[in-house]
Amino acid sequence: MAATFFGEVVKAPCRAGTEEEEEEEEEGRRETPEDREVRRQLARKREVRLLRRQTKTSLEVSLLEKYPCSKFIIAIGNNAVAFLSSFVMNSGVWEEVGFAKLWNEWCRTTDTTHLSPAEAFCIFYHLKSNPSVILCQCSCYVAEDQQYQWLEKVFGSCTRKNTQVTILTCRHVTDYKTSESTGSLPAPFLKALKTQNFKDPACCSLLEQPNIVHDLPAAGVLSYCQVWKIPAILYLCYTDVMKLDLITVEAFKPILSSRSLKSLVKNIPQSTEILKKLMTTNEVQSNIYT
Amino acid sequence: MFVPCGESVPDLTGFTLLMPAVSVGNVGQLAIDLIISTLNMSKIGYFYTDCLVPMVGNNPYATGEENSTELSINAEVYSLPSRRLVALQLRSIFIKYKTKPFCEKLLSWVKGSNCARVIVLSSSHSYQRNDLQLRSTPFRYLLTPSMQINVQNKMKSLNWEEMEKSPCIPEINDSEFCVRIPGGGITKALYDESCSKEIQMAVLLKFVSEGDNIPDALGLVEYLNEWLQIIKPHSEDPTVPSLRWKMPSSWRLLFGSGLPPALF
Repeated sequence: MAATFFGEVVKAPCRAGTEEEEEEEEEGRRETPEDREVRRQLARKREVRLLRRQTKTSLEVSLLEKYPCSKFIIAIGNNAVAFLSSFVMNSGVWEEVGFAKLWNEWCRTTDTTHLSPAEAFCIFYHLKSNPSVILCQCSCYVAEDQQYQWLEKVFGSCTRKNTQVTILTCRHVTDYKTSESTGSLPAPFLKALKTQNFKDPACCSLLEQPNIVHDLPAAGVLSYCQVWKIPAILYLCYTDVMKLDLITVEAFKPILSSRSLKSLVKNIPQSTEILKKLMTTNEVQSNIYT
Repeated sequence: MFVPCGESVPDLTGFTLLMPAVSVGNVGQLAIDLIISTLNMSKIGYFYTDCLVPMVGNNPYATGEENSTELSINAEVYSLPSRRLVALQLRSIFIKYKTKPFCEKLLSWVKGSNCARVIVLSSSHSYQRNDLQLRSTPFRYLLTPSMQINVQNKMKSLNWEEMEKSPCIPEINDSEFCVRIPGGGITKALYDESCSKEIQMAVLLKFVSEGDNIPDALGLVEYLNEWLQIIKPHSEDPTVPSLRWKMPSSWRLLFGSGLPPALF
């Protein structure tokens, strides 16, 4: 509780997130069968499903159990997705193997056949010439209660030490803790975090303490890889523009020289052109009158 | 579930498990950080669970370049075999409706690993104290029946105050009395489960408000130290508590980045 300058007493938010806990427990005690049914239905609605591209049927096992994988590259968020689309996916033929369908208050992923650029999606591809290379473009919001389901549906419960995982994502520069003011930072800039078993050098400096990554699903994937001893690296771009932005996307370029991506990238000048085209198709003329 | 860092599962038979409850001011978690950092405990494994929000970062207890790049996740286990101590650190909040499953999984691991006893470091809202509590020490303890048999006398000799019972439903006059720990997160749930499973558990908590809770964490570890004597007791060493406990390097910038000079 805290008193404001106006003399009113307000409930101060608790950092430890415990206020909800007590209400939750009491709710649990008062729950009727109808409440339980509503909760079950909501859980079913929020279920994460991984579907095959052609047949739209659910995969019986996890994605990486069905498609053995030596390289798994995942882009989370629109800028990371645009980077992979322009620099990796246009060199080589990629075939869609499946997509994740999920619903939460922030996104409703739909069928992937006719996606508009603004729609959220989570699609998995493999390289036709080397099907053990799998790529995931994830622009949808995965809620915290869906996070582990998503991990299970993709990675499964088997540990896969032969797979190398690369994760690309963005965060706002104000999230980066430094003794200087964040306004003076040269955004966008790249930082990396890698698991114990990832032995290659990173393409940029590592993320220093006290900085952490709690962004979903990046943190979830990296945690999973650390626990199960899978070599994995997360490249995090701190930017001051969270919507699709050319400069932010290009900040990922140093990664093109990494072992995982080097063999997949062929024509960088062409990629830059493709990226520019992607920007213009996504630009919406907006002002306060539209 | 517990996943060891190495190839084999370490033997924790007879060890004392120290753990935090995610509670007001994060005092328990700060206290565990101080213990792990001061005793230089080594990481022995992860408590991999779907009940906590995921997070990753580099080694929060790094002392130099060589050990700064070990990745840490949201729930990790550290040990100091020479003192038969094991510490579980929790670094993020619970996902909705997952507190009960977490308590069950945790206590099942505790039983399975044959830990002798569990000590939960926690906190409770200071604004919920009654008049008596306002006038007394801000520290309280709570013991499960199986733990009481062993340590009740020790608690008496230390002159510690047991957590008082209060009306279960404060608004009702003739409500029954029970132990309530507002702001304590899973503390009460863990305590109740441990009572019914006959696990030896002690809860040590402090009444706190949100703010700079480092002094509260120092207070709580000193309180614990009176009992367990993790580091040399206060009376033999007159230095200020904050100098006896080593703050981890990750406590830098706890209140955010530097300020833009233009502000002034």
